Amino acid sequence: MPAVLDLAPYAGWVYPNETIIEWSVLIAVYPYITGLVAGAFTVSSLYQVFDMHRFKPVAHLALLTSLSFMLFVPLPLLLHLGHPERALNVMLTPHLTSAMAIFGYIATFYLGLLMLEGWFAFRPYIVEQAQQRSGPLGAFYRALTLGSHDVSGNAMHYDRKWIFALAVIGIPAAHGLHGYVGFIFGSLKSREWWSSDLMPLVFLFSAIISGVALVIAIYVGSCRLRRTPVDLDCLKGLACTLWGFIMVVIVLEGLEFANIVYKAREGIEAIIQYVTGPLLIPYFIIQFAIGAATPLLILTFLIWRGITGRALVAGVTVSASLVLISVMMMRWNVVIGGQEISKTGKGLLTYQMLIWGREGAITAAVLVFAPLAVLYGLVRLFPPSERWEAREDADTQVVGAAPEIASQPA
Amino acid sequence: MEPKNKKPPSQDRREFLSGVARVAATTTAVLGGAALGALARVEAKADMPKQAVAEDSYDPSKHRWGFGVDATKCIGCLRCVEACKRENDVPQDAHHFRTWVERYVYLEGEEHARIDSQQDPVNIEASGSEREYRFANRYKGMKVEKAFFVPKLCNHCTHPACVQVCPVGATYKTADGAVLIDHDYCIGCRYCVQACPYGARFFNEEKQVTDKCTWCYHRITKGLQPACVEVCPVSARVFGDLGDRESPISLFIRNNRVQVLKPETGNAPNVFYVGIDKEVS
Repeated sequence: MPAVLDLAPYAGWVYPNETIIEWSVLIAVYPYITGLVAGAFTVSSLYQVFDMHRFKPVAHLALLTSLSFMLFVPLPLLLHLGHPERALNVMLTPHLTSAMAIFGYIATFYLGLLMLEGWFAFRPYIVEQAQQRSGPLGAFYRALTLGSHDVSGNAMHYDRKWIFALAVIGIPAAHGLHGYVGFIFGSLKSREWWSSDLMPLVFLFSAIISGVALVIAIYVGSCRLRRTPVDLDCLKGLACTLWGFIMVVIVLEGLEFANIVYKAREGIEAIIQYVTGPLLIPYFIIQFAIGAATPLLILTFLIWRGITGRALVAGVTVSASLVLISVMMMRWNVVIGGQEISKTGKGLLTYQMLIWGREGAITAAVLVFAPLAVLYGLVRLFPPSERWEAREDADTQVVGAAPEIASQPA
Repeated sequence: MEPKNKKPPSQDRREFLSGVARVAATTTAVLGGAALGALARVEAKADMPKQAVAEDSYDPSKHRWGFGVDATKCIGCLRCVEACKRENDVPQDAHHFRTWVERYVYLEGEEHARIDSQQDPVNIEASGSEREYRFANRYKGMKVEKAFFVPKLCNHCTHPACVQVCPVGATYKTADGAVLIDHDYCIGCRYCVQACPYGARFFNEEKQVTDKCTWCYHRITKGLQPACVEVCPVSARVFGDLGDRESPISLFIRNNRVQVLKPETGNAPNVFYVGIDKEVS
C-alpha cells in the first residue's frame, strides 16, 4: 500500500477518518485558474459587448489569456482523481443530482466558445498570414482559415456580429462556470465554513477581480517586454474596474464571515479559534489587509488624485499583483481552511502540503504558471494589438477606438 | 411389393415438421430462458459492487435494513473495530475506519466532555500497534463524573448527501436501504467524503477509491449479521429488518427512545442511538 504522507496533525476532537486532508492544494488551484478564466473573459467582454473602447488594447490579449488558462482548468482535477482514466464517466453517465456532474459539459462548452470567439477575433490576421507566409507556419495559418479568405468589409461586419453574439453568450457561460464552482462548496451542509448561500457570489466576484488583475499584470509586463508604452487610458479603465469589483468582493466576503459569526451555530467556537489562530495571517492579514484593503486604498488614491504616468502604472500593477495573491489565498482559505475545521466542530487539523508528488506544491505552481507559457506561444502566433486590428476597425467603421499611444492624460 | 405399414408421404412430412417445431420451441424456450436468466443476473450484479455482492437469491426489495446502537451497553473493547477491519479488508492503520468507537469523559469541574477514539496517538501507544486497538487508561487518578462509549459507523441515510453529490453515480442506495459504492466505477474525486457530515467515508489509497461501511452487505444478504454486530460481547450493536416487526432492530426502536445523529442535516440516518449525550454529534 502506498505510504500515506498527507496526514494532518490535529488538536481537539476530530473524526478518525478526517486525519487525512482529502482535497489538496490542487483543489485550491482549480477554482483559482477557473476564476482567472472568467475574469479575463470579463475584460474582453467589456470591449466586445459593452463597446468600452478604452479596453481595446487588452481585449484580444484578455481573450487569449482566458483561453490559455482554460486549457489548464481540467488538469488539477485530473491529477487529483484516484482514477483519472474514468474521468470521462462524468460526461458519459452524469449523475445529475451532483453539483459536480455537469462541470464537464459547461467546461467543454466554454472552451469551444472561447476557441470560436478567438478564431473570429483573429481571423483577419490569420488570413493575412495565410496569404503572406509559406512553409509549415503558412500551412498552419492556411488550415486555420478553414478555407475562408474573405476579409472584406461585409465579411468583417459579419464576423463582428458573431464575436458579439459569442461574447454575449460567453458572459453568462464564464460567470456560470465560476459561480457554479462556488456552488460546489457552498452547497455542502457538512461544513459550516463552506455551507453558505453567498459562496457562489463570493467565488464569482473574486474571480472577476483576479482576472482583471491578471490582465493588468500581463499587459503591463508585455509592454515592458516589448518596450512599448502602456495605454494609460486603458490602464486607468482597468484600475477603475478593479476598484469597483474589489468593493463588491470585500462586502460579500465580509457579509459571509459576519453571517457565520452572527448566526453562531454549533461549532462556532472552533471557527473562532481557527480564524483568530492558524487563519489569522492567511485570512485577515494576507487575504483582507494586504490583498484587498491595500489595493483598494492604493487604487482609491490613484483615481481620486488623478495620478497618471509611471506612478499610475506602478500603483495599478502593484495593486493587481496584491489582488492576485489575495484571491489565491481566498481559494486556499476556503478549500484547505474548510477541511482544517473538523466536521465535529470540536477540533482543528493542520494541512501539511507536500512539496513534491502529484498533489504537491511544485505541481500546483507549475499549473498556475504553465498557462503563461502557453499564452506566450499563443501571442507569438496570434499577436494582439497589431496593425490588423486597426484595419478591422476601418473595415467595420467602428468609431471611438482609442489609438494605442502612450501617456494619454487621464 | 410395398410394405403394409408404409405411411403416406404427407403424414411423414407432417410428423417431420411437427418434430422440427417441437425441437425449435424447446430450444427457443431453453435458450430464451437461459438468456433471460443471464440478463436478470447481469442486472442484479450491475446493481451491486463487487466488494458487496449479494447472493443471487437475495431480493433487496423484500428488506429494509436498520441499525441500532445502545451506548449504555458499549464497554469500549473495540472488538467491533478490529473485526470490521479484518472482515472488510480495511487498511490496517489509524486513519481508515469503516466503524470506530468514541469515548466521552466528563471530568469533575469541566464543562465539556473530553473525547477521543481508538486512533488517538495516546491510545495507539497503549495498544502498541496501529493494527490493534484499545483505550488507554489516560484518566487514571482523575475524578470522572460521567463516561461512556459511542460506536459510530455509516448511517446509511434515507437522504444520503454522499449519493447526491457523486458525479458518476458510483455510490448509490439499494432498495433495502444500504448505501453502497461501486469500486469499479468510482473516479476517486472524494466529493462524497466531503459531503458526509459524519466522517464515515475515507479514501482507500491502495484502490484509489472511496470506501465506507456497507453493513457487511456480503454477509447480511446471506442472512448473517454484520461482523461488528456478531462480535460485540454485550449486544451494544443491533441489526435487522425494519420491515419485520419482531426483528431485533424493530424491537430496539419500539422499546427505546431512540435518536439519530445530526438530524438537522435532513439526511435521515438509519442508525438509531440510545444513551448518547448532548455532546455526541
